[in-house]
Amino acid sequence: MHTPILVLETPMNDYSHASRGRILPGSFLAAAAAVFMPAAMFAGVTIHFAGDSDVGEGGRWTKVVAQEWAQKTGNTLDYISRPNDASATLQLFQQYWAAKSGDVDVYMIDVIWQGIAAAHAADLKKYVKDDEIKDYFPRIIENNTVKGKLVSLPLYTDAGVLYYRTDLMEKYGYKEPPKTWEELAEMAKKIQDGERQAGHPDFQGFVFEGKASESVTCNAIEWVYSYGGGTIIDPDRKVTINNPNAIKALEEAKSWVGTISPQGVVSYGEEEARNIWQAGNAAFMRNWPYAYALGQDPKSVISGKFAATVLPKGGADGKNAACLGGWQLMVSAYSKNADAAADLVRFLCSAEVQKKRAVDLSELPTRPAVYKDPDVLAKNPWFANAVDILNNAIARPSTVTGADYNQVSTVFFQSVNKVLTGGETAPQAVSDVERVAKRIVK
Amino acid sequence: MNNATKEVATLDVTTTSGGATKKADSRSVVLRVLFYLLVVVIIVFNLFPFVWALLSSFRPSSQLFSTQLLPTALTLDHYAAVFKDARFVAALMNSVIIAGSTVLIALALGSLCAYALGRLPFRFKGAVLYLILTMTMFPTISVLSGLFVMLKTLDLFNTRQGLILTYLIFTMPFTIWVMTQYFRSLPKELEEAAYVDGASPLKVFWDILLPLTMPGLVSTGLLAFIAAWNEFLFALTFTVTDTMKTVPVVISQFAGTTAFEQPWGSIMAGSMVVTIPLVILVMVFQYRIVEGLTAGAVKG
Amino acid sequence: MIKEIDLYARQKRLAWFLIMPSVIVVLLIIAYPTIQVLVYSLLKYKLDGVTPPSFVGLDNFAFVLSDPDWWSAVSNTLIFTVVSVILESILGLAIAMVANSKFKGRTLLRVAILVPWAIPTVVSAQVWRWMVNDIYGVVNIILTDLHILPQKIAWLATPATALPVIIAVDVWKATPFMALLLLAGLQLIPKDLYEAGSIDGATKVRQFWAITLPLVTPTLLVALIFRTLDALRVFDIFYVMVGGQGNLATMAVYNQQQLISFLDAGVGSATSVIILVIIMLFVILYTRFSRTSFE
Repeated sequence: MHTPILVLETPMNDYSHASRGRILPGSFLAAAAAVFMPAAMFAGVTIHFAGDSDVGEGGRWTKVVAQEWAQKTGNTLDYISRPNDASATLQLFQQYWAAKSGDVDVYMIDVIWQGIAAAHAADLKKYVKDDEIKDYFPRIIENNTVKGKLVSLPLYTDAGVLYYRTDLMEKYGYKEPPKTWEELAEMAKKIQDGERQAGHPDFQGFVFEGKASESVTCNAIEWVYSYGGGTIIDPDRKVTINNPNAIKALEEAKSWVGTISPQGVVSYGEEEARNIWQAGNAAFMRNWPYAYALGQDPKSVISGKFAATVLPKGGADGKNAACLGGWQLMVSAYSKNADAAADLVRFLCSAEVQKKRAVDLSELPTRPAVYKDPDVLAKNPWFANAVDILNNAIARPSTVTGADYNQVSTVFFQSVNKVLTGGETAPQAVSDVERVAKRIVK
Repeated sequence: MNNATKEVATLDVTTTSGGATKKADSRSVVLRVLFYLLVVVIIVFNLFPFVWALLSSFRPSSQLFSTQLLPTALTLDHYAAVFKDARFVAALMNSVIIAGSTVLIALALGSLCAYALGRLPFRFKGAVLYLILTMTMFPTISVLSGLFVMLKTLDLFNTRQGLILTYLIFTMPFTIWVMTQYFRSLPKELEEAAYVDGASPLKVFWDILLPLTMPGLVSTGLLAFIAAWNEFLFALTFTVTDTMKTVPVVISQFAGTTAFEQPWGSIMAGSMVVTIPLVILVMVFQYRIVEGLTAGAVKG
Repeated sequence: MIKEIDLYARQKRLAWFLIMPSVIVVLLIIAYPTIQVLVYSLLKYKLDGVTPPSFVGLDNFAFVLSDPDWWSAVSNTLIFTVVSVILESILGLAIAMVANSKFKGRTLLRVAILVPWAIPTVVSAQVWRWMVNDIYGVVNIILTDLHILPQKIAWLATPATALPVIIAVDVWKATPFMALLLLAGLQLIPKDLYEAGSIDGATKVRQFWAITLPLVTPTLLVALIFRTLDALRVFDIFYVMVGGQGNLATMAVYNQQQLISFLDAGVGSATSVIILVIIMLFVILYTRFSRTSFE
């Protein structure tokens, strides 16, 4: 099927963004494609690519771009949609990996699955030159390298950010977003009280993800790190979680529940928090960048009334933290067409495609250089802050713990959740985590 | 006494028996009102979330999570999004074929087996019943990888037949147990007359007993169909290409720009569309459960 | 006389022919997965793609049986199962009897009672999760508007409130299953018994206890077995509504965690076997208790 022009259709749902409907010359992509594929080098193989569901805009976009590649190289693309839920996806992929199946050549994997996927991935260092690898954010490449093997290339990245209502900040006399968590708590309380008195009984100061799942691992690791408490296990396999700063961080977070955050926050995932925020019922939110474009949708109540910035520090001598997220592309170790598959991966992660992705979908690129591009910044002015955030992003200890990461994360998120609900004290929690983590890295 | 007539146990307060006194009349009015109240409560209790989900499917996305109960505007966008997806329609077809086939196979094989277990002499009835039940005792996640490997080896991976085969794991034991129970409780006199007339056991099954078990067949069939229709884990794991996917899988893939986003409007709309064939099926078959049968064949 | 023996022999032969296909189909499908689970349960087997499996005998079982998280999961599952199955049986029977009656609007009722069962679990669990949200959930909004609650409650935040909500959702969802089976079971009771009872002067309540209940018990038993089976293996509702909360796991959630999250096929399979044994115990209990034999 010949698609010479890349056109993004306007899907008929309410999430239409302003970027929809832009037509970009296919020749642009063709040129990019030509850099990668001397014509007919991998004559006519079928590459099976398991990526984001193509019912959604992101998946659909990726599928179209991948098909462009296929056309230019004379290959065929078979796009396989993964389920939306990350756990369901992991479960599904694990069946393929356990069976050493060659049914899928390229997998889209979460940033924390590197250790789990390592044995089933081809080493991308064989296909990607060193100076090309240097073009990506070092933290992410570091995260994706397991025992010297480059498991995957980063497709797009994510980091936890602080959203704040600019209109309410102004209304209550705050000129700048909070620099520390303590400041945030103060601002949130004042705005919350004021708004509730003004007739919005459901207004909340600060919403975040407290649900006992990977979501709260991300939130909590940000709190702990921002107070100088480390990242549970450091890259040298030393378990660092049991320290006074970490305890202080968790206690600070506990103090928000029921005061500036609703009691139910301990069961909120990303969408629950965003639902409250986007309905205009929160002054601050911690969430991933995806909420930005959704909030700016013209039909959204908060459109034009908010901004995003780096998360606060833990006290004046703390550090800014942002949990590293994002999705990567890996080539299956059982693929029969690893060369072609690796080429597709390099193409999708290339600078040109990443720039288009940033402009069309507002997803964060994984190459620092793209952040300087004027088109990208014109579309996403807040990306200007993003580079700093990403250079300091903290990775969860998934690479150092390898296939055992989930066990560490599980004990961590369960313990943190217990602290938030008051079922456990912070010192007890960190000591539980330490015990399990020590057993794992032994 | 005509035992062949299967009639019903009722909470029959709507017909007064002959000879009611005036006192009984007013009592029965009160009872009738209470009865209808009970009916209303049951209907509301069962339908409330469904109605609410239905309402949400027509709500604009920006209003989905407001704290106002009723929407200020309605939209068909979500349904348009659902039907625009050609795969959704294909998935509906797949679901019909797969759920329908597994139920038919289960009912066919299962009711024959149940007849034998319920009415014919056989030494190891308990053993067979327990063996079949053991099938469903494993948590589904435990058998997932075993079935995955099995399907791949038999070249049934990513096929409708493969999925139908795996669905028999829960449709067959259920069918066999329920129908066995049903056959057992039919009175013996039914067959005796037929055997005296020289009928073969199969003829007895087909002409006499099977029709009488219609309520059981329909109940089992409906419940098994719904279970197969809504099954997600096997459908997700054992199919790869879009042509093979069933509805629950397609709904799970409704996504926004990123996987974080849950497009609730579309999910609700999709779920409504998916539930409607089931509702129609129930409407068509429900009277077969209770109207009862009269076994004319045994008279005389 | 000869004809009787002849018939008996024919019936026996026929029985084999009718039973064997089903048994063979069952065995074919389940044989390999069962063997795999049993074998893996005796191995130390991490699915990381590098570590080879090794035989460890009953170590995995020892691990699970000494894990407090496991016992917490068992306790949650048992509480959930007992409470929800009892409620579903009582409500199911009541609804079945109502649905059995002749009255205007009974088609609507009969269709309505099946709707909760008809909606896919993952969807209805999410819908309920949405409805009990402490800020925008419709349950809280209505209850506070009607002043039944002083303020909105975060139902899913703690086990004390979350478990009842989860049980309520399951009762909502699964009562139709019981109701439909019991409705079919009510058909097996001959009406003449009720007529005889009325003539003898028995009240409707007495008729229920003396006629309906004993005669619907066999069907109730089968329905109970399958409903209990499902309840003991409950996963979706808990997973969607409360996720990985430590004190709100069920046996199946624990199992999934070991098998998929922790990539531990050995412990995961041992857990599966233990779950199997527990379920078998329940089934045996039911059949003993109701003094049912299959012959």
